[in-house]
Amino acid sequence: MYMAVTAKSASSILPQHNKSHSLFRLDSRSFVSYPLKSSFSPPMAAFSVASTTLGLSETFTKLKREGKVAFIPYITAGDPDLSTTAEALKVLDSCGSDIIELGVPYSDPLADGPVIQAAATRSLARGTNFDSILKMLNEVVPQLSCPIALFTYYNPILKRGVEEFMITVKEVGIHGLVVPDVPLEETEILRREASKHKIELVLLTTPTTPRERMKKIVEVTEGFLYLVSSIGVTGARASVSAKVESLLKEIKAESDKPVAVGFGISKPEHVKQVAGWGADGVIVGSAMVKILGDAKSSEEGLKELAEFTKSLKAALL
Amino acid sequence: MAISLTIAARGITVTTSLSNSSSSPVNPYISQLSLRLNKFGSRSPKSSTVSCVLAKQPTSQMKLDNAVVQDQLSALQRPDSLGRFGKYGGKYVPETLMFALSELESAFKALATDNEFQKELDGILKDYVGRESPLYFAERLTEHYKRPNGEGPEIYLKREDLNHTGAHKINNAVAQALLAKKLGKQRIIAETGAGQHGVATATVCARFGLQCIIYMGAQDMERQALNVFRMKLLGAEVRPVHSGTATLKDATSEAIRDWVTNVETTHYILGSVAGPHPYPMMVREFHAVIGKETRKQALEKWGGKPDVLVACVGGGSNAMGLFHEFVEDKEVRLIGVEAAGFGLDSGKHAATLTKGEVGVLHGAMSYLLQDDDGQIIEPHSISAGLDYPGVGPEHSFLKDLGRAEYYSITDEEALEAFKRLSRLEGIIPALETSHALAYLEKLCPTLPNATKVVLNCSGRGDKDVHTAIKYLQV
Repeated sequence: MYMAVTAKSASSILPQHNKSHSLFRLDSRSFVSYPLKSSFSPPMAAFSVASTTLGLSETFTKLKREGKVAFIPYITAGDPDLSTTAEALKVLDSCGSDIIELGVPYSDPLADGPVIQAAATRSLARGTNFDSILKMLNEVVPQLSCPIALFTYYNPILKRGVEEFMITVKEVGIHGLVVPDVPLEETEILRREASKHKIELVLLTTPTTPRERMKKIVEVTEGFLYLVSSIGVTGARASVSAKVESLLKEIKAESDKPVAVGFGISKPEHVKQVAGWGADGVIVGSAMVKILGDAKSSEEGLKELAEFTKSLKAALL
Repeated sequence: MAISLTIAARGITVTTSLSNSSSSPVNPYISQLSLRLNKFGSRSPKSSTVSCVLAKQPTSQMKLDNAVVQDQLSALQRPDSLGRFGKYGGKYVPETLMFALSELESAFKALATDNEFQKELDGILKDYVGRESPLYFAERLTEHYKRPNGEGPEIYLKREDLNHTGAHKINNAVAQALLAKKLGKQRIIAETGAGQHGVATATVCARFGLQCIIYMGAQDMERQALNVFRMKLLGAEVRPVHSGTATLKDATSEAIRDWVTNVETTHYILGSVAGPHPYPMMVREFHAVIGKETRKQALEKWGGKPDVLVACVGGGSNAMGLFHEFVEDKEVRLIGVEAAGFGLDSGKHAATLTKGEVGVLHGAMSYLLQDDDGQIIEPHSISAGLDYPGVGPEHSFLKDLGRAEYYSITDEEALEAFKRLSRLEGIIPALETSHALAYLEKLCPTLPNATKVVLNCSGRGDKDVHTAIKYLQV
């Protein structure tokens, strides 16, 4: 069973974060407050506190050495509320996630299916904004042992300014970034700023991506290559396309970079199958988001999330 | 014949400036295509003669006056090989669509040399759409703007409202449907706000025997029940979109999601000069016939060019269709009119170029209405066709360059103009078009005597009577 515990306390890490200039600005802005529920008991016994969390590619390197496949869950920030998101991140971490993808809610999420769209709409309707997400992360990230990659559409990054965005997310301890509406041709500025601030920019390849193009994408992606398993938007599907197996072979023939498969993966058997095909990581999104969105209460949602995460993680062991 | 030569010189100017200023092999086709389109714009045996004369024109004759303008023109690369108009445009879409977009671009390029396609499109535009559309001298409207001393501008209307289905939209829909057939795609999807583009798409799908699915905001379906029925009557499936704000922007997002999912079998007929490359360029070229006809008709009517062009701008397709032909004619003023809704300071408007900020929406970088967090704001306009939080990237480019001017008109001013044209000319304009017409109130008093104004009468207003009835006392 995966469990990372270090001796460092959160308080010894926080002051370092508080020095950041953008967080001072953050305080003067308005954001939705999210009282962290102190009454909530996480299903796992203890929070893990990491002193030096590994980055995305380092995580894959470590897992590879151990002969393991990365489990990467996705949740939408602020659904049903940010305090639940904060708890969910801890739950996902303590239940064995290797990397967590955190979705920033957006008004027009082109790459997302109905489940994640609805989660984003609910989150925005509750008043979640980027500053409130940063504030939550600033408190929660030091308590996590696994790295976080933000999944966000491009416009919110542009609005903030690409460089300021990178500085800000780095300061709250984000390691990676996935921007689903910025294909290779448009990534130049993002790549430059991300690499300047040591954020790993993960690029996506899909079943419709010609091989030559895939080669260019795998060359410049950082952290890992995100292989979209099927033609379409995010969302659970009955089965995983068998094409994934041959796509994985093609990619592996071109590069040693780790490959994580996502979009449409929702069950332990999918996870097992994809790992068996040689994926280095498996990403599960809509199924996670649905659990939190459908739950009668945050507590129930988090409990169910823990169970589900453990069942998926077990399929990889 | 002197007239033909002028047209020719124009064509060559464009060609020269485009191919000179780019090393990319992608660009020359744009000019090739515009020459082609010019052909079905004028459709007379004369036009082929023109092309021959054209090629012989020495480039030096077309040299521009000074270095500044030259620089500006080379900046007017529209678009470059990445689909950019300056910094605007581009392809901000999920990776899954990238192959389809490049496939579409190649197919579009191939059309420039595909005589069969050109002939077929030419024939359909003439016999089915009813082109060319008249350039009509609006005598009583002109009279209305005469000053006490009898002086004032002359107003002409480019009658796109007389096209089949009642608006300019069909120019693009018909061409893209033909393109889809060439691509071997039998399933067509489209987004619609008011339903005009949906009706145009459903119409051409019926005409070509293609499966048609229209995405429409659930709220818009309620507001535009008549157009929903029209689309269904034409055999289309209308899918309500409940996500987000259930209006045009959400219908567009949903159409893009459908395309991401069914890209191998489906062509997306995007209805404006918006979206990822090649759409802004392609849709502009399919509407460029508006400006080409206008140039020819102006020559016939008064032996010159228009002095001022006026068109409404939502996404901006009718405006680009009219402007494109004249962008390099510096002396021709280009005026786009946006929807100010309840007023620019009300927060309830669709004046993207006037009040928006640069960002990325639906695949392109352009001005858009967004909040401090980069979330898209729902616009408002009485005219559903202008009720869009983005705008075509080329308009953003022309605005920043100062080549085109953009103003805005409120719901109330548009309704007045709606009534005015009905009373003065016996033409009921679309509420979209009424915005352009309303701007004449501000423009005309500032224009010298006999200034030739061409206003794109982009659509007819029958579809809007139901809306207008709630506001107008007649």
